[in-house]
Amino acid sequence: MKPATRLRIVVLVAAVAAVELSCRSGVIGAFTMIAPSQMVVSLWELLASGRLHNDIARTLTAVCIAFGGAVTVGALSGAVIHALPRLRRTADPLLAAYYSVPVFVFYPMFIVMLGLNDRPKIMIGFLYAVAAMTINTLNGLDRVSPVLLKTARMFRMGWASTTLSVVLPSAAPYLFTGVKLAIAYSFIGVVGSEFILSTGGLGYQIGFAYHDFNNKTMYALILFILGVVLIVNMSLHAWEKVLMARRGLQ
Amino acid sequence: MSEAHVVLDGVTRVFARAAQEPLHALGPIDLTLKRGEFFAVVGPSGCGKSTLLDAIAGLSVVTDGVVRIDGQAVAGSVPPGVGVVFQDDASFPWLTVEDNIAFGLRRQGVDGAEVARRVADALSLMGLTDFARAYPAQLSGGMRQRVCIARTLVLQPRLILLDEPFGALDQQTRLLMGDELLNLWRKTGATILLITHALDEAAMLSDRVGVMSARPGRFLEIVETRWPRDRDSTIVSSPEFGAAASRLWTLLRAESLKAMQHQARAQTV
Amino acid sequence: MSALEAQRPRAPSWLAGRGFDTAVFAALVLLLWQGAHLWGGEVAMTTPLGTLLFTAKTLASAEFWPHAYATLSAFLIALVIAASSGILIGAVLGFHRLSGEVAEPVLVAIYSIPKVTLYPIILLFFGIGIAAEVAFGALHGIIPVILFTMNAVRNIKPVYIKSARVMRVSGWPLFRTVLLPATLPEVFTGLRVGFSLTLIGTLLSEMFGSKRGIGFVLMQAIGLHNMDVIMSLTFLLVAFAGSVNVLLLAIDHRLHRRA
Ligand SMILES: Nc1ncnc2c1ncn2[C@@H]1O[C@H](COP(=O)(O)OP(=O)(O)O)[C@@H](O)[C@H]1O
Ligand SMILES: [Mg+2]
Repeated sequence: MKPATRLRIVVLVAAVAAVELSCRSGVIGAFTMIAPSQMVVSLWELLASGRLHNDIARTLTAVCIAFGGAVTVGALSGAVIHALPRLRRTADPLLAAYYSVPVFVFYPMFIVMLGLNDRPKIMIGFLYAVAAMTINTLNGLDRVSPVLLKTARMFRMGWASTTLSVVLPSAAPYLFTGVKLAIAYSFIGVVGSEFILSTGGLGYQIGFAYHDFNNKTMYALILFILGVVLIVNMSLHAWEKVLMARRGLQ
Repeated sequence: MSEAHVVLDGVTRVFARAAQEPLHALGPIDLTLKRGEFFAVVGPSGCGKSTLLDAIAGLSVVTDGVVRIDGQAVAGSVPPGVGVVFQDDASFPWLTVEDNIAFGLRRQGVDGAEVARRVADALSLMGLTDFARAYPAQLSGGMRQRVCIARTLVLQPRLILLDEPFGALDQQTRLLMGDELLNLWRKTGATILLITHALDEAAMLSDRVGVMSARPGRFLEIVETRWPRDRDSTIVSSPEFGAAASRLWTLLRAESLKAMQHQARAQTV
Repeated sequence: MSALEAQRPRAPSWLAGRGFDTAVFAALVLLLWQGAHLWGGEVAMTTPLGTLLFTAKTLASAEFWPHAYATLSAFLIALVIAASSGILIGAVLGFHRLSGEVAEPVLVAIYSIPKVTLYPIILLFFGIGIAAEVAFGALHGIIPVILFTMNAVRNIKPVYIKSARVMRVSGWPLFRTVLLPATLPEVFTGLRVGFSLTLIGTLLSEMFGSKRGIGFVLMQAIGLHNMDVIMSLTFLLVAFAGSVNVLLLAIDHRLHRRA
């Protein structure tokens, strides 16, 4: 293990321990925060009781739909924009400015348009994620080196096999980045929307527990969401490393 | 032996550029490569050597004139039996060295045992046997270039076009690789067009050296070396070699100066 | 010029221009917008013209400005905090390699988690009000500023500092003539991204638990089913964020081109 990694673990453990101590000793009051160990216990009870299953399923379903849509639409639109330089000229500045717009402000509009159900939050998750996929697809296609395309022509490869054996592997690292961001962003979009206003899902339950002064449940839920997202992100990161190793990059 | 393999007739290339004057990069060029001949091209940088190679390989559409290989006009696609080694690193970073080299063979449906045999031969020819399982990212630039050379040569092309293939190699390795190229040329009887910026390399390897002018590239003169067919790198110590190399430099010196001024002007614009 | 190029019919130049493309794009958006209105009806979608008229009315109304002021002040305070402490922390992490290496994955992780889930915690610590909004906005904005500043500092070429040493430049002149120009473009990019995220954070906090600000008015309008208000405020926010970003992007490109 690298020294920095070891040190990071020490720092994080110490930070959690400090919070634990502050909570236990009353420096941080129970109405503000419960001790991390209590969060874990509470989460365990919550999961064991099965009360969360519906909300977990609902949130994850919404995230999956938003993510799937964003990756498909993003990759396709990236490919189309790449193929049409004139469209590219108009699209580039829009994509560059895309994330300056606070996507959540569209949420009220979607609620009124689509009703107070799961569709508005899926839309927000999708909108949050789709541009990341588009931008990274474009990036990947831009990085396909011209000499590799010439090499494909030297091997007398047709359009399909060039795409499959040269363009895709060249663009793959960027597509992967797009997918990684799309997952994180659809989570943020869906859970954020649930939290602001919705009829169910993990984000909704956090808001509900907050208004209900139920700190035990609230902190357990926060721990759960952050845990899931961190595990997903870290697995993707680890997978990316494996893929890089397959190209002889550390 | 003296039958024509490649014929260029008034080949010209002009690049259209957005919001700029069109750029006349090449030609008109008339040239005949005889079957089985080793032809080298030297010229100042930016004079259109790579453009010439693209035109012959069918990798670009010429603005004017025609390229014929075996009497067939080349039109926008690479004819069979033509192998190219590009100036830039063209190894596939997602494949190991041996998979890179086997790439073209597998596409042609050559059977597994034959692929393995030919790849092993190419690996040892290029001194890459110990790196068969390595990825391009783990190799030096010169070794990657050798992977590309091997990948093209295993296909046993009848016409081999090489664009500064030894550019990333040190001088000793270059001389040795030159010997290997000569061996291969003798064994296969392929026609070779070698683009290089190294005058000694051109003078040592080829039957004829085409000296190009600054842009737009044209042949100023074609110098015959009259080396025997079974030559190797030891000829660099012969007086004839010195004479040939110095002849090339005399022709090139003024053109290189012109090219440098071109570049300086292009940069100040 | 070759025969090939000469034969191609040339379109009038304005048809090929960027302005024309942008106009076509804008027209398409308006058409879609109007189409959505025709399809969904008045309740579902206000027309572009209606939105514009209502926006004008909103801007002229007395109720709008206190809310705009509340949002803007929370946002600006959050931005100042995010920018100043972000640059400071980023610089420290950039110069002190080990701290940077320890902190980077943690920062990246924080960047990619749904930070809304942390908002209740902030509320519990700060109580409902501007303090919580500022804290939440700053929490969003500070991360990119730290990350970009850290990388900018890390990527200062050692040869620059060596050259400065050889010329016996140190202290303030070293900062002004070498360190600042070398890091400014990347730091500015961090600030640009931080600007957008701080705005998101501020608005999110207003949308969840607040009694004032544009985010609050937006949420209130849902209950009243007031599409006019929703559309015009959404339009205003998008226009504000978009136009500031165009400006920041232009500066960003300029800084990067020079670098
Ligand atoms: N696709 C292109 N568009 C415009 N100019 C080009 C293009 N490709 C090459 N050129 C220009 O044509 C000239 C010849 O290029 P090249 O054949 O690559 O020269 P070299 O002799 O160094 O291989 C150069 O000035 C180069 O900038
Ligand atoms: Mg070249």
